[in-house]
Amino acid sequence: LKGGPGRFPVANKASPFVEAMKTYRREFIRKSVGLGAVLSTGGPKISGALQAQPGKSRVVIGRGDSPGSVDREMTDQGLLDLLDRSMQSLYSKETPLEAWRLIGGAGQVVGLKVNCLAGKGISTHPRLVEAISERLQQAGVKSSDIVIWDRLNRDLERAGFSIKESGKGPLCFGNDHLGFGRELETFNAVGSLMCRTLTEICDVVINLPVLKDHGITGVTMAMKNLFGAIHNPNKYHLNIGDPYVADVYMLPPIRQKVQLTVCDAIAAQYEGGPSFMPQWTWSFNGLILGFDPVALDYTGWQIIERKRAEMGMPSLRKAGREPTYIATAADPQHRIGTCNPDQIEVMEI
Amino acid sequence: MNRKLRGESRLRMAKGESETIDSIPKQSGSGWALSRRSFFHGSLSLGLAAYPSLSRSSALAAARPVLQEDEKLYLAEAKFYEKLPHKKIKCLLCPRECVIDDRERGYCGVRENRGGTYYTLVHSRLCTFHVDPIEKKPLFHFHPGTMAFSIATAGCNVNCRFCQNWEISQVRPEQVRSYYAPPEKVTAMAVDQRCLSIAYTYTEPVIFYEYMQDTAIEARDHGVKSVVITGGYIAKEPLVELCASVDGIKVDLKAFSEEYYKQVVNGELRPVLDALVTMLNREVWTEIVYLVVPTMNDSEEELIGLSRWVKQNLGPDVPVHFTRFYPQYLMKNLPPTPVETLERAKTIADAEGLNYVYIGNVPGHPAENTYCPGCGRVVIRRKGYTVSGIYLKQGRCVGCQTEIAGVWGT
Repeated sequence: LKGGPGRFPVANKASPFVEAMKTYRREFIRKSVGLGAVLSTGGPKISGALQAQPGKSRVVIGRGDSPGSVDREMTDQGLLDLLDRSMQSLYSKETPLEAWRLIGGAGQVVGLKVNCLAGKGISTHPRLVEAISERLQQAGVKSSDIVIWDRLNRDLERAGFSIKESGKGPLCFGNDHLGFGRELETFNAVGSLMCRTLTEICDVVINLPVLKDHGITGVTMAMKNLFGAIHNPNKYHLNIGDPYVADVYMLPPIRQKVQLTVCDAIAAQYEGGPSFMPQWTWSFNGLILGFDPVALDYTGWQIIERKRAEMGMPSLRKAGREPTYIATAADPQHRIGTCNPDQIEVMEI
Repeated sequence: MNRKLRGESRLRMAKGESETIDSIPKQSGSGWALSRRSFFHGSLSLGLAAYPSLSRSSALAAARPVLQEDEKLYLAEAKFYEKLPHKKIKCLLCPRECVIDDRERGYCGVRENRGGTYYTLVHSRLCTFHVDPIEKKPLFHFHPGTMAFSIATAGCNVNCRFCQNWEISQVRPEQVRSYYAPPEKVTAMAVDQRCLSIAYTYTEPVIFYEYMQDTAIEARDHGVKSVVITGGYIAKEPLVELCASVDGIKVDLKAFSEEYYKQVVNGELRPVLDALVTMLNREVWTEIVYLVVPTMNDSEEELIGLSRWVKQNLGPDVPVHFTRFYPQYLMKNLPPTPVETLERAKTIADAEGLNYVYIGNVPGHPAENTYCPGCGRVVIRRKGYTVSGIYLKQGRCVGCQTEIAGVWGT
């Protein structure tokens, strides 16, 4: 990360989000029409309530002001504003810092699990990671207690991150730096060694996937991104990733440590993933946040389906890769979250 | 883990731990470091092989990955694949036929698509090697009493829930320690250790096909034979080509049901049966091992089906080894196979007319011996991996002159 501490203003004041929230309720009806368009394929219901509805999984879809081509992505300030608004909405807090202070605890190491397989074109944006890192520091997390990680150093570098294995400031390295533990973690159909970055370094993880299509598993977002924490992801792409994606997410270090998902949907891809295919990429210009990875994946899946329909492409079911693992993750054996639209509260801001 | 440590401090500690775990004195002159675990594994094996100076096994290379510059040593374009639009490729080496995106790997974990070109990452990249008796493979009808220089790379194209070598078969090559050993080096080591053959074994040699084939050709030029210890999950074209370069194949036939292959092996039965027929047609000496897992693949119906299929499609002279299962990896919920179950399997296969049926992983059992199908006398006496007597003359029983199927040498 090229930006140092202090690049962004401290976010302990209510503005501008408080002002935004004053208009939120007034704008809700208009917004809900727009979201209805996004999720017109029987997607989750919309709520305008600031407080999460009892028993429901809240998914926040934050959108930038000016969706356009991928080449004209939002500015740094626009991205920070979007992140702040989204976090406040998810946590129902008046200021961004109130929300960020709820992540981790004193002295805890916070891991930021990015997704960098596809290079700069369709990976987690370093600017987003930089903004999150900054807010975490403002919320009291030491810079050296922030660890940005993914599968390989070379993947991180190709996506625009700089490897930093020691010293001050957020660390950044791939699993090839520390390797994997020696004890198998197992659940149902999977048995894997976990990366030591997750098991030995991080106390809390913020999951930072990308909103995109996947040529085998249908879509890849919150749950699939944790394949980057195991030593044998190549074994778990059979049967459209079902039940493997859900099973991997059940492994204790993942279940215990992943606290939040911030899905990078600034640029998104509706076909040809996980590799970067510019012809199938569009500027969604947003972030998708949630605590429930199943609800988030379900919501993101509907967005991709909508885009595919808009572009005249068959549904993922017709393409033979409907992401059935999402429903598996919600079944009684897993109970990771819900994919029942009636139990998902989507908040578009 | 000290929870008060900061991120960077934890990182240093984690790296320090792995240095301690992996810092074992180097073998003098060899330059190969062993971990405590690998040293232990190696010692176990060598106690049987009686070549204690030769064992190397791998450990998960916690903080010692192969360096990027080293990786080039092991890179070679794959032989069997098809280029697809958008830089995708389709692997044609095994029946799985993985379709792989750019910068992704196949199911085996050792082949990678880089910009639309498919590469093996494990050519000349050993993760382990030992000198083993040929009986350990097991190959009972292939030059009994000789030694096989046994090698493996990381990776496998199935994922058996009972795998006993999962620490090297179910990992990626960069997750285990690697040793650079091109075909000429492997051949030289085999010759130096007076091994009659090189065995491609421990993991799944199909996934290091190019390396295996190049080594087999090099070895044959130096009078060293090659034997393949495989699950037989390989496409026909590469198998036919491989058969021209090797001298013996042992196939682990995991079960005789597609359901078992799907649930336990993560593979398919039909292609393995097809491969066995191809091996027979290409006249490569072939033996079958059937790991008998209690309650999973030991029904009378399945064992009868297996025996009849072997006799009808391969003939009665293909040796079948019923071996004992021990709880391993992801299948620790079952007990070791009762010896009575193995004996029942042998009785069934004998009754179906197979001539050479063995019981494995039960040292000292009389069904380790080879009996003449003509007169019933012992023609090869074994205990464990040790051969104590061979009563053959020019491949025939010394008692009744019945020809015993196999590769016996001169």
